[in-house]
Amino acid sequence: MAVETEITGRFGPYGGRYVPETLMAALEQLADAYVAARDDADFRNELDYLLKQFAGRPTRLYFARRLTDAWGGARVYLKREDLAHTGSHKINNTVGQGLLAVRMGKKRLIAETGAGQHGVATATAAALFGLECDIYMGTEDIRRQRLNVFRMQALGARVIGVGTGQRTLKDAINEAMRDWMASVETTHYCFGTTAGPHPFPTLVRDFQSVIGIEARQQIQKQEGCLPDAIVACVGGGSNAAGIFSAFLEDESVQLVGVEAGGKGLDTGRHAATLAAGRPGVLHGSFSYVLQDDAGQTLPVHSVSAGLDYPGVGPEHSYWKDSGRVRYTVATDEEALEAFCELSRLEGIIPALESAHAVVEARKMAPQMNSRQVVIVNLSGRGDKDAEEAARLLGDKIGKVIQA
Amino acid sequence: MNRIDATFKSLKKQRRKAFMPFIAAGDPGLEATAAILRAIQARGVADLVELGVPYSDPIADGPVIQASYQRALAAGVTPQGILDLVGRLRSEGLALPVCLMVSYALVYRPGVEDFVARAAAAGIDGLIVPDLPADEAEPLAAALAERGLAYVPLIAPTTSAARRQQIVARATGFIYCISVAGITGERTALPAQLADYVKGIKKAARVPVCVGFGVSRPEHVEAVAQVADGAIVGSAIVHRIADHSADPPEKIAQVVADFCAELAAPLRR
Repeated sequence: MAVETEITGRFGPYGGRYVPETLMAALEQLADAYVAARDDADFRNELDYLLKQFAGRPTRLYFARRLTDAWGGARVYLKREDLAHTGSHKINNTVGQGLLAVRMGKKRLIAETGAGQHGVATATAAALFGLECDIYMGTEDIRRQRLNVFRMQALGARVIGVGTGQRTLKDAINEAMRDWMASVETTHYCFGTTAGPHPFPTLVRDFQSVIGIEARQQIQKQEGCLPDAIVACVGGGSNAAGIFSAFLEDESVQLVGVEAGGKGLDTGRHAATLAAGRPGVLHGSFSYVLQDDAGQTLPVHSVSAGLDYPGVGPEHSYWKDSGRVRYTVATDEEALEAFCELSRLEGIIPALESAHAVVEARKMAPQMNSRQVVIVNLSGRGDKDAEEAARLLGDKIGKVIQA
Repeated sequence: MNRIDATFKSLKKQRRKAFMPFIAAGDPGLEATAAILRAIQARGVADLVELGVPYSDPIADGPVIQASYQRALAAGVTPQGILDLVGRLRSEGLALPVCLMVSYALVYRPGVEDFVARAAAAGIDGLIVPDLPADEAEPLAAALAERGLAYVPLIAPTTSAARRQQIVARATGFIYCISVAGITGERTALPAQLADYVKGIKKAARVPVCVGFGVSRPEHVEAVAQVADGAIVGSAIVHRIADHSADPPEKIAQVVADFCAELAAPLRR
């Protein structure tokens, strides 16, 4: 499959390149540069060095004893991407793409960001490689992820607020694409997830595959076996593709993707593209998408800015149709509960995105026996969500007691 | 013969270049669009018309056309509503060639063949799909050919010579040459290297070549006509429509027709 996707950018019927002609040359250049880099020992060595010494890899695979006890079933492990530099898995991709940008002679990085994690990771890579950096972010996301806005600015990036549409991730991608249309000769678009036009779905998955490769070795060393299930949240799908990719051939390993159920699927206020969408075209690829009957993109909602997106990576569409991955949803309310539970039982504050994966693991673990193992990909840490979670949870999180 | 081909044939005989205004359909309402098309034809100020189909996420468009699409969508304008309008105007005697500028998401959703069949039934003459590169366009090109509609591909300044060859080979109707790497929008000047770039496409092309993106003043139209077969003006017109959106349809139509007359004047001398 890998060879085929490199040439055609297709995962079964999904993927492809549905972009203005203006961008085609840059996408071809990027695909060529990527294939050449991947086969180049110098590139691999430099990337491995930076992932280890700069990004802090490998991240730990942590046995969550108290969660395991509380849930009363499978042994629960957390793949600690929250401990990677900048606080999420996004750094794996941006260090890789930053290196590629330098190889291609590009002087500037642009990116979209929803939760701000990809924006921070891109700004970090830009600082590392001495590149200019502009980050597009919806103004609604700027409001709810303010900490990350400051981090990007501290790293030397410009944050450009996008006030069109729903003022979230989708609209930020539109604006970044428009920037790239005019700046394509000198600028690399550091796309943040396994969606978009070819080669992004393949390239981002490959840069994130380090998560799965590590997790596979770690669980074999720590448990002496493969896991029974792996659970990851899915917005565009990069952390999920990264961890799933190492286990696709292991039929005994159940792979589970968790989308944003928002206020509930029946309310229409969600971002569950695979659960409620249909194949269509958005942002350069053919994949499941939330659209109306005419093909207009539908409004979406999630408490988590990183999952608040009406599209999904084409490889996930392929895995859904083939049945290799089971996709489900977690609601805003469930995610907030899991955010609190993981914080209190394990001392780990998860990103609201990652909390969606915790929700599903919590449902699955009690149905499994104590010899079985489930890995949750804890894709990011929750510092960025503190303000928004506090607003939504109100007094439930606790009150300051007067001395 | 397709109206586009017939128009370019007749223009060639008269040794004239084409003027093609772009109108965002349904902004500020379908009645305004109808009035504009009637006025443009009655005044004889355009040779072809490009109708933009409002889309929620038009990544090739600048702020003026984005805003226009948003207004139309907010007013409930749909692709079928636009096709119905064109069908009605055809039965009233609209004879101008009409091309749809439409995102592939809207063509794919109902099905490529279904969309093309309905466009043909409405009297549309060709499709320009700005986010469908030649590599992915075969099903659409085939469906259009079957119905006698033009498949109008785009070429950008970043297009390689090899890609250009592949694109011109499949083109029917005309080729849409994007003047500059970037999104739609008014610009003060055209790129200096435009002439050489267009000449390169003209040499390879078997159908007329029209230039759009950034063409916004009579002097731009004149400059484009020196090298290409036609000039396309979009944002500058849409901008004027937006400025008059509170006016009645007839007033908007008059403003647009006046501006088209001004833009096309260099081609009519």
